[in-house]
Amino acid sequence: MGGIPHDHYEPATKGEKWLHSRLPIVGLMYDTLMIPTPKNLNWMWIWGIVLVFTLVLQIVTGIVLVMHYVPHVDMAFASVEHIMRDVNGGHMIRYFHQNGASLFFIAVYAHIFRSLYYGSYKSPREVTWVVGMLMYVLMMGTAFMGYVLPWGQMSFHGTAVITGLFGAIPFIGESVQVWLLGTPNGAIDQPALNRFFSLHYLLPFILLGLTIVHVWAFHTTGNNNPTGVEVRRTSKEDAAKDTLPFWPYFVIKDLFALAIILALFVAVVGFMPNYLGHPDNYIPANPLATPTHIVPEWYFLPFYAVLRAFDQDVWLVIAVNWLTFGIIDAKFFGVIAMFGAIVVMALAPWLDTSTVRSGRYRPMFKWWFWLFVVNFILLMWVGARPAEGIYPYIALIGSTYWFAYFLVILPLLGVIEKPDTPPATIEEDFNAHYAPNSDGGKPVASPAE
Amino acid sequence: MFRKLSLTAALALALTSGQAISAELETEITDYDFSFEGPFGSFDQMQLQRGLQVYTEICAACHGLEYVAFRNLSDDGGPGLPEDQMRAYSEFYEVFDQSLFDGEGDFRAATPADRFPASNVSNAPDLSLMAKARAGFSGPYGTGISQFVNGMGGAEYIASLMTGYHEEPECALEGEPMDGFYNIAFAAGGFPESCKDDHGKHKVPGSWIAMSQPLWGDDVEYADETAATLEQSAQDVAAFLMWTAEPKLMARKQAGLTGVLFLTVLSVLLYLTNKRLWAPHKGKE
Repeated sequence: MGGIPHDHYEPATKGEKWLHSRLPIVGLMYDTLMIPTPKNLNWMWIWGIVLVFTLVLQIVTGIVLVMHYVPHVDMAFASVEHIMRDVNGGHMIRYFHQNGASLFFIAVYAHIFRSLYYGSYKSPREVTWVVGMLMYVLMMGTAFMGYVLPWGQMSFHGTAVITGLFGAIPFIGESVQVWLLGTPNGAIDQPALNRFFSLHYLLPFILLGLTIVHVWAFHTTGNNNPTGVEVRRTSKEDAAKDTLPFWPYFVIKDLFALAIILALFVAVVGFMPNYLGHPDNYIPANPLATPTHIVPEWYFLPFYAVLRAFDQDVWLVIAVNWLTFGIIDAKFFGVIAMFGAIVVMALAPWLDTSTVRSGRYRPMFKWWFWLFVVNFILLMWVGARPAEGIYPYIALIGSTYWFAYFLVILPLLGVIEKPDTPPATIEEDFNAHYAPNSDGGKPVASPAE
Repeated sequence: MFRKLSLTAALALALTSGQAISAELETEITDYDFSFEGPFGSFDQMQLQRGLQVYTEICAACHGLEYVAFRNLSDDGGPGLPEDQMRAYSEFYEVFDQSLFDGEGDFRAATPADRFPASNVSNAPDLSLMAKARAGFSGPYGTGISQFVNGMGGAEYIASLMTGYHEEPECALEGEPMDGFYNIAFAAGGFPESCKDDHGKHKVPGSWIAMSQPLWGDDVEYADETAATLEQSAQDVAAFLMWTAEPKLMARKQAGLTGVLFLTVLSVLLYLTNKRLWAPHKGKE
């Protein structure tokens, strides 16, 4: 693997040679661990490890929970309480799993925003980006279906809202909804719980497989880095000036960051495990009593805001409704907007026209990017507010900016912005921060190539 | 200048309309100091026993605790009843046993392995999880800051509900008579139109609840000779219900503390390792 020249595994002993000629697994592990990694990576490059750790945490705790959980509408809620009360350590396992979902999304959002700022999605890393977006969508599906399993009030009525979205698709919507829920009248009942349980167990393993594809892809192109300048591939020696091997330099660095994040995570699990949850989900599901405000988990809120932003009073919705002879109504428009918000993000590599990769050297882009981050938080907040008063307007402005960022700002900036000049090499950037050994600690710029 | 002013006015108006929405669910929740709050807080065993007594003598008439087993009353981190007392307590209750009478079933005295009976009044909710199913604190404006600072406030909600019964406000006497009882801590009940202003904003906190006032003060006689005032017994039963909702609270906080300490030490070690590892490459050696 890898386009960056570096030393490869050489089987030394007879036994190693025997195995290597039959299954080069040691070589694969060696090349993966010793991959040359840009030495100027900053602390925003630690989220990948956090994500891998969290995926494993969720799978391990999930497997234990399944040993005690009963996917039956009359017993699911009680079986979760059984885990919380009677299973040894069950309350910790369950709280780890429940809050693990939040850790997962905190990490994935940090990871995505890092890519957006440093242009990690740009050529030649488009495949890494698109695979990542696919993983993100799968993650959201997995998290949603997991939230259904305790069969509390929010589980049940959240399912009604989300599967109702598919019912908004013209012509086939109702059939799709019936097919999803598995009941002839579209009721949310045993078949829905069973299939969500099945898929909630399956999807994490698909995520695990896609993680390997994701890593494979960026090990082929090499990591991006804060300068967005590529590692020199002219020779092994040149590459070595820009990089250090992943083991031990980045493994230890990442583990240090992981330990700090886990300390915070354990504090949340230990001291305030229900802070990010919703009290209504401690009430068993009751189809006859709908909660006053159905609010999704925090990590869905920005997209929930986009979904609700486009109501029938928005002129664009009215225009589209008229142009399509009423086929696309406000509800379906909202659904298209919600999924579209992720699609335009996945298309970022082809929408961004700038020749400079890293946002660090893009004076105008920086402002729009931070506005995008603030807008994301704003959408998250407004997504939890009732759709009354001023909130729909905030949601509409926020949603519009989301689309404008990808469809208008990124394409235009590449044309009108005058970017700064990035350093010629990664070594130069690194030495500007850390003086090399050779002289008295003064940073030296390496000569331009 | 004028334009700027009118813009500000419009914005202020918009913000107040937002306020009106959040005010619709306005209730008065007292932030009681419970012993189990904060990372180091733990249940007060005597208080849990007093709360159990209030539950047994008052609440249990209508409400159930179907997720709690009698044996739990002797568990660590709970009311800590001695084994023989817990066994004797369980025998006060009758449970239906399907296995008796060749499968026809019959009532028998409960054993420690049985769970508390479910509610025996149809609209009385089970209380096992109530302290987690209700949140006393919210906002401001859905930011979650209040819950972060004060906790979710389930126990505070229960205690406030017990002490929240008041005389009906005057505005309620103007309109149709309301079903139920006026309670300043209850959000989800009926509310008379005559107590709303022109914008639909509630003029008085709370709403009307179906349950009549259960605690008045001196409803029970505590074995530990604590005075059973309304405030006291309300907080005792709230603490007890926090325990029924989260029986492993103390074990959880202990595990959290151990975990945080362990990971803090680990991160210091990893920091030092990392620093030393990178030093030669950062010109620091």
